[in-house]
Amino acid sequence: MKLKLIVNGENKTFDVKPDEYLLDTLRSNNYVSVRRGCDNTSCGVCTVLVDGKPVASCSYLSLKAEGRNVTTVEGIAEEAAKLAGFFGEEGADQCGFCNPSVALTVYAMKKELKNPTDDEIRSYLVGNLCRCSGYMGQHRAIRAYLEVD
Amino acid sequence: MKYVNHKRPSIDGKGLMMGKPGYTDDLAEQGSLIVKVLRSPHAFARIKTIDTSKAEALEGVEIVLTYKDFGRVPVTRAGQGYPEPSPHDKFVLDSYVRHVGDEVAVAAAINKETAEEALKLIDVEYEVFEPVLDYEKAYGNKTIIHPEPEIHEMFPIGLDPKKNVAASYNMHIGDIDKTLAECDTVLETTFRTQAQAHVMMEPHTVNARIDYQGRLVLYSSTQTPFHTRRIVAEALQYPLSKIRVIKPRVGGGFGGKQCVHGEMLVSAVALRTGKPAKMVYTRQEVFESTFSRHPMRFDIKLGAMKDGTLKGMDVKVLSDTGAYGEHALTVFMVAGSKVLPLYNKVDSVRFTGDIVYTNRTPAGAFRGYGAIQGNYALETAVDMLCEKLGMDPVEFRQKNMINEGETSPIFEIMGEGTAGTAMYMETCKLDYCIERGMELIGWKEKYPRKDLGNGKVRGVGMAIAMQGSGIPYIDMGSAMIKLNDDGFFNLIIGATDIGQGSDTILAQIAAESLGVHPDKIVVYSSDSDLTPFDCGAYASSTTYVSGNAVRKAADKMKMMIIEEGAHALEVPVEGTEFDGTDITNGESKISLKDLSNRLYYNEDQKQLIAVDSYVGKKSPPPFMAGFAEVEVDTNTGKVELIDYAAVVDCGTTISPNLARGQVEGGLVQGIGMAMYEDVRYSGSGKMITNNMMTYRIPTRKEIRSLKVEFAESYEESGPYGAKSVGEIGIDTPPAVITNAVYNAVGVRIHSLPITGEKVLMGIMEKRQKGEKQ
Repeated sequence: MKLKLIVNGENKTFDVKPDEYLLDTLRSNNYVSVRRGCDNTSCGVCTVLVDGKPVASCSYLSLKAEGRNVTTVEGIAEEAAKLAGFFGEEGADQCGFCNPSVALTVYAMKKELKNPTDDEIRSYLVGNLCRCSGYMGQHRAIRAYLEVD
Repeated sequence: MKYVNHKRPSIDGKGLMMGKPGYTDDLAEQGSLIVKVLRSPHAFARIKTIDTSKAEALEGVEIVLTYKDFGRVPVTRAGQGYPEPSPHDKFVLDSYVRHVGDEVAVAAAINKETAEEALKLIDVEYEVFEPVLDYEKAYGNKTIIHPEPEIHEMFPIGLDPKKNVAASYNMHIGDIDKTLAECDTVLETTFRTQAQAHVMMEPHTVNARIDYQGRLVLYSSTQTPFHTRRIVAEALQYPLSKIRVIKPRVGGGFGGKQCVHGEMLVSAVALRTGKPAKMVYTRQEVFESTFSRHPMRFDIKLGAMKDGTLKGMDVKVLSDTGAYGEHALTVFMVAGSKVLPLYNKVDSVRFTGDIVYTNRTPAGAFRGYGAIQGNYALETAVDMLCEKLGMDPVEFRQKNMINEGETSPIFEIMGEGTAGTAMYMETCKLDYCIERGMELIGWKEKYPRKDLGNGKVRGVGMAIAMQGSGIPYIDMGSAMIKLNDDGFFNLIIGATDIGQGSDTILAQIAAESLGVHPDKIVVYSSDSDLTPFDCGAYASSTTYVSGNAVRKAADKMKMMIIEEGAHALEVPVEGTEFDGTDITNGESKISLKDLSNRLYYNEDQKQLIAVDSYVGKKSPPPFMAGFAEVEVDTNTGKVELIDYAAVVDCGTTISPNLARGQVEGGLVQGIGMAMYEDVRYSGSGKMITNNMMTYRIPTRKEIRSLKVEFAESYEESGPYGAKSVGEIGIDTPPAVITNAVYNAVGVRIHSLPITGEKVLMGIMEKRQKGEKQ
């Protein structure tokens, strides 16, 4: 089936199967920054933004994205680069596998919440698991990133 | 120091955050065959018949492989040095399947759907056996998990497959029975630790292709590219010289990728079809079909005099290695060798036990590697002993623990799989770590408890820990440094960056030695064809072992630059200096940039390249003190972690921000093991917690405050004073949190994890007995 959508501001048409998930559609079309950590919405690694909201693309049917705006980390390159600077400062980069998904979620949070508290940040990002950093370095980096603007 | 002990961002951090391809699956060849594995539904069975004809006939299926396609070559997948201290008990494929999720057959097809369909078309008839699921009943069980005649050990490790024993060990110092008989107080107790899953975010992944020279090229998400090459060659009986293993970026390992996983099967598919092939483990496969942490039972006796002098430690351990014996002996030994020397003033020590096979997912290497299990048992037992003695647990530790300049006879007796290496503690800042940790947590105000008056009680607890820095006289690291025109360098290393930042800190070490900015050092690592050997990322070895190799190679390069500079300037080498920019001798001066261009293009042309390697002569332990404050709800038993303070002596921190990240990450994995994580099975041996919904790792909501600091410390034998820092952070949370919960509500947890249910049961039991909380 043909799927028409907008990826990072560009109009795209992909061939998809009716039961295909957005993660597989994106990866097979060379958006490899979107990665699989699990298969059931548990880890957050596959996060992309659909119309600005974070979704787990491993469990989001591709056809649901018809006509919608899908953003991968390449679509927020400038903000991701800024956030990366703070991650580096705090030793929070570590393996990097989940970092594009964290960048996307932080970006969405920044649009949605004004001056979030520590608890609000933790709640917003609770679905983004990380096994390397122990979260504290990420948290310090995200705080610093939010305070700059 | 100019570049060491200064913050550096990871060299790959920004690129990876911005989504650059870099991981194994990102680098698979387009159109690779998809490899899928048919896995055993039974905990223990024999394949009576297997018919693959329908699967092979399916359009799009390229090849189906079963045990009939492989020779009887038993290997160990452990990914250790050679000869391996783990039993050779695994075939590429076998007619026996020994745990739910074990490999039955392999199908490779043009896409995932076809490969999965092919698996359904394979007809298997099993002879199902009674499995051994309880490791406390494995020894001498009538079910023998490894009846095959080919199983063997490479040197004596106590393998006794007829009794389901993968390895056994015993050591003693002094006469422990006599010592305990003479003690004023003897504590005797038992602890049990659970299986823990690694849950690195990137699932195990491998891709393979045959290159234009007809060689097998593997990209693997591995911690041990060189060991992987050796094991694949051995298992497939294929020449080592025709295999190249490349380790791209790795999305976390924690020991779970030290062992070989899909490499043998994907290689077999690529070799037999001549086509590129890849396998990405599903999360269920990561849980059921890779490795987890060895569960252990500790029967422990501690003997002390009234004045609080610890005299003897007697530890009997039973360890569950699951279906295969990867790391069976060595994890077991570390549960003693990197725990018991903490108390080095005792008269007698005994450490004995067996590591048994069961029909569960195999255990393997996991950050902490036995030390976290042993630390939980010993450091909880020490608190119990202190209570019996009526002694303050901090004072008891200060009186009995190891100090700078001291040693323990255990270091010489116990290594990893073999005898150890005698060593004195050139650096041990435990004293400072304890003092500072007490301040950070507010020990004096908070110990032992504070009743909040709303059914909630807060308590604090503490423990001390040690680890090692590589395996002396066994594990080697090496480095090459090449000078390029324009005066920049390539640092080419075998060391394996799995996200811990080794590429970054090794470049800092080279920069410090050469006196050049780290930006002038371009790092390339972990490619068995192009980089020199390194044992890999395990045993807390990279900073210390590979770091020393880098320092030696960089010092050599600096000397070469001085010699070539003196030659170009026509001055004697003596008195010639290199400051990172210029080579000078008195008034004579040539810049590194000009010298490098001259060497490439103009005169005395040559390539400057320095190579060196390092193997440790000792394994200086990093130390730490851990402190926690918990809040226990006495109505529900729920435990919340309020604060954790960790003060670490790891020598110099090459990059303080990355070292802090290692400790914070280790702490949270340890907190996970202490409070949440538990690999559980059904009665028939099927793993219940085989996904990330049922197996719960800590989220960022549970981790409110971690206070991590480093002691000032300089280890002479390490690169710029560094010891290791990769594992030490994980060791203390189980004992610290257990002790804190006890101090809060008087309930001692003897089996991990510390769940609300166990705590509440303990509270209710106390109430029934009419004890005051």
